[in-house]
Formats: sequence, structure tokens, C-alpha cells
Amino acid sequence: MTVLQIVALALVAVGAPAVVAARDPLRQAFVASFYGLLLGVLFFAFAAPDVALSSIVIGSVALPTIILLALAKIGDKDS
Amino acid sequence: MSFLPFAIAIWIFLVGLYGVVSSHHLVHLVICLSVVQSSTYLLLLGIGYRTNGAASIFVDIPLNTKAVDPVVKALTLTDVVVGAAVTALLLALAVQAQKRFGTVDPDELDPLRD
Amino acid sequence: MSAGEGPARRRDSEISFATRRRLFLVSGAVLAALMTWALAGMPAFGDYHGIYGLLLNRVAVPQEHATNVITAVNFDYRGFDTLGEEFILFAAVLGLALILRERRDEEEGPPDDDAVGRQVSGASVAVRLITVTLVGPTVLLAGYIIAHGAITPGGGFQGGVIAATALLFVYLGGEYLALRRIRPLPLVEITKATGAAGFVLIGIAGLIWGVAFLDNWLPKGTPGDVFSAGTMQLLSVAVGFEITGGFVLILSEFLDQTIVLRRRRGARSG
Repeated sequence: MTVLQIVALALVAVGAPAVVAARDPLRQAFVASFYGLLLGVLFFAFAAPDVALSSIVIGSVALPTIILLALAKIGDKDS
Repeated sequence: MSFLPFAIAIWIFLVGLYGVVSSHHLVHLVICLSVVQSSTYLLLLGIGYRTNGAASIFVDIPLNTKAVDPVVKALTLTDVVVGAAVTALLLALAVQAQKRFGTVDPDELDPLRD
Repeated sequence: MSAGEGPARRRDSEISFATRRRLFLVSGAVLAALMTWALAGMPAFGDYHGIYGLLLNRVAVPQEHATNVITAVNFDYRGFDTLGEEFILFAAVLGLALILRERRDEEEGPPDDDAVGRQVSGASVAVRLITVTLVGPTVLLAGYIIAHGAITPGGGFQGGVIAATALLFVYLGGEYLALRRIRPLPLVEITKATGAAGFVLIGIAGLIWGVAFLDNWLPKGTPGDVFSAGTMQLLSVAVGFEITGGFVLILSEFLDQTIVLRRRRGARSG
């Protein structure tokens, strides 16, 4: 295993609990966006540039936006 | 060491599952579900990886270069995109739950109400 | 983790939050053990010997004239799987539109679930200029990624999402309401439907040309050319249309939900 792979794996292994631990969905949307970026780096290290591209576009742009829009609709009276 | 990617896939799966079990907010739950889903990407790509293998894109490398498995990558790549659409559907259901029941806490949703 | 106390009011039949967590810790430990056991039987990381994928790596370029084997797998060798994936997306977007549109009809009463008195300031001139300027390049990049799917990393799936994010620039620039007035929503739906139907039709056209469903029936060109790999490029464009249409529809359904509401309240108070 290369150093890049190990570092990327470690970052993803830390990123996943961070997403779960962010209990406020608004904050979680941003943490999840970074997590998507980390996944992109990991996939790139695993010699999968196609998957990295779609993970970065989806994970760090499309999905957080959809989450933010859903939250705007729900309103944050619970938090 | 060669088990590390698989171990981390298991770790991410369980961490995400814990989030789903302990969630107090439907949106939080849906995002945790997408974390669970991301563990499958890691698992698939980890299975198909070959040490020092190139990405299977033969534009400027000779055809007999050692390359990683393209099938798992094709599977993962479509699933990343389709999974996002399914997540959006789940979020729409959360919006609907807020509208119908006035809450997004799974504990307060009563299947028998309404 | 800050999670701890459950909600105050709870029905008698339900288990408490602490019990649920204990239950999860036990079953999660068992699940982890089982998964570790299962995955320990796998070939070690980096030592994959699956013959199918490695064979495709060798034959895809000479056979299909596509230098990106992943796209060749997606749109040729396992095109039928992609058809299935595509219809999952289609069904998901359809379901989302149904769920959110039902809400739009219910919206007759005063919207009580939005922040009261929230003022939305318009975008500044700089933001507006930058975002509107970026719309063109974003669509261009998406087109490039879709068109070169068979050659370099990319294809209809990634390019489609990139194209849909152009809508976000429009929203950021504060031009969404303007866009909404001129946006032909049926056109978006038709784009999405054309993408989905195009995939099937290109496959069926293969039957007319005397090859199998979704088989490559166009001239394959030189590997590395934009006009190479035959039907793969067409299928990539069809998927690009479907994904763009699908994500634009998802985003605009949510945007309509928030923005239309906001505007309606503004009209009432102002």
C-alpha cells in the first residue's frame, strides 16, 4: 500500500464518525461535503479517477445542496 | 496491513449504522444512511484493486499495463450518482413527515397516528 | 457524541434510548465479527485475480475502440445493468416529484414552517456577475466530460451532474425567480424522458441492425478519437441527458418548495 492510500483511508475512517457525530443536520451537511471530498481523494488513490470524479461532484456539491434545501423546507425548530 | 481497507469498510458501515440507530432527526438519519452506503464503495474498490495497478484508461499507457479491475469501478460509479437521487427521495419523505406529523424525530413518529 | 437523552414523551411499548443503544452495541459487535470473518476469506488487498475484469482490460480497446474501459463496461459490456440503474434513478426522481408536488397543492394555508420575518437580501453585483459568467463554462465542462467519456475519465453520469450544478450558479446569482418564469419545466421533464427512452431506443436500434440488444452497431472509429467507440458515445449522451434532467428536476422541486413559499409570504406582507 502506498502512503497516499493509507493517509486517505485514515482520513475517511475519521471522517465517517465526524459525519455521524454532527447531530445538527445543518452542520452535518457541511461535514458530509468534506467527507465526499475525502472519499474522492481515496478513490483517486485506489486508481479509480472516474469514481473520484462522480464522488466529488455528488458528495461535495449536489448532495449538500439537496440537504440544505430540504432543511430550509423542514425548518430548524427541532434543533 | 492488507486487511486495512476492508477493516475500514466495516468500521464505516458500523459507524453509519450507529448513526441511523441513534438518530433524532430524519435528515441526520438519511445522511448517516449515505455514510453506510459509502462503505460499500470502499469495499468494492478495495476488492478490485491491484497493487501498483493503473486506472483502466489506456490513452497513454500500453495495453498490457497492469491495471485494476474496471467492473467494480463501473458498478461504484453508477451507484454514487443513482444513490444521490435515492437520498434526495428520502429527504423528500422527511419533508413530507414534517408536513404531516409536525416532527422529524423518528421517535415521535407514531405509525398508528393519522 | 452528544446524543443521550431521548425525547420526553414516550409510549410505554417503546424501548428506551439507552436500551436501544445497548442492543445496537451487542448486535453491532456480532455483525462486525461476522463481516470480519467473511472478508478475511477474501484475497488480500491488491491481490485481485478476478478473470472477468482483467480480461475486459485487455480486449476493450481492440474490440470496442474505447480507451476508457470503465465506460466500455458501463455502456457496452454491462449496458443492461446501466439500463437498470438508470431506471432506478428515473423512478426515484419521479417519486420525489410526486411527493413534493402533492405538497405544493397543500400550500394554500399560511406557510408556518419557515422562519418568520426572514429577509433574503439579493445577491451583490459581483456575485451575480461571477455566477452568471460561470454558467456557460460549467455547461461546457459538462459537455466535454460527457463527450469524452469513452476516452478519458468521465461520461454521462458525471457530466450530467456537473451540468445540473449550473442551475446552482443561477440560484446563487439570485436569478432563480427570473429563470423560473422562463424555465419550461416540461422541457426538463422531456430531456429526462428523452435520455431514458434514448438509452432503450439505441439498444433496440441494435436489434434492427442485426446485433444483440445494446450491442455496438455504429462504426467504431479510431481509439482515442471523440467520434470513436460507436454507440457508447450515444448512450453516454443519453445518460447525460437523463442525469441532467433528473438532477435539475430534483433541485428545482426543492427550490420551488422554499423559494415560492418565501415569495408568497413576501407578497402578503409587502
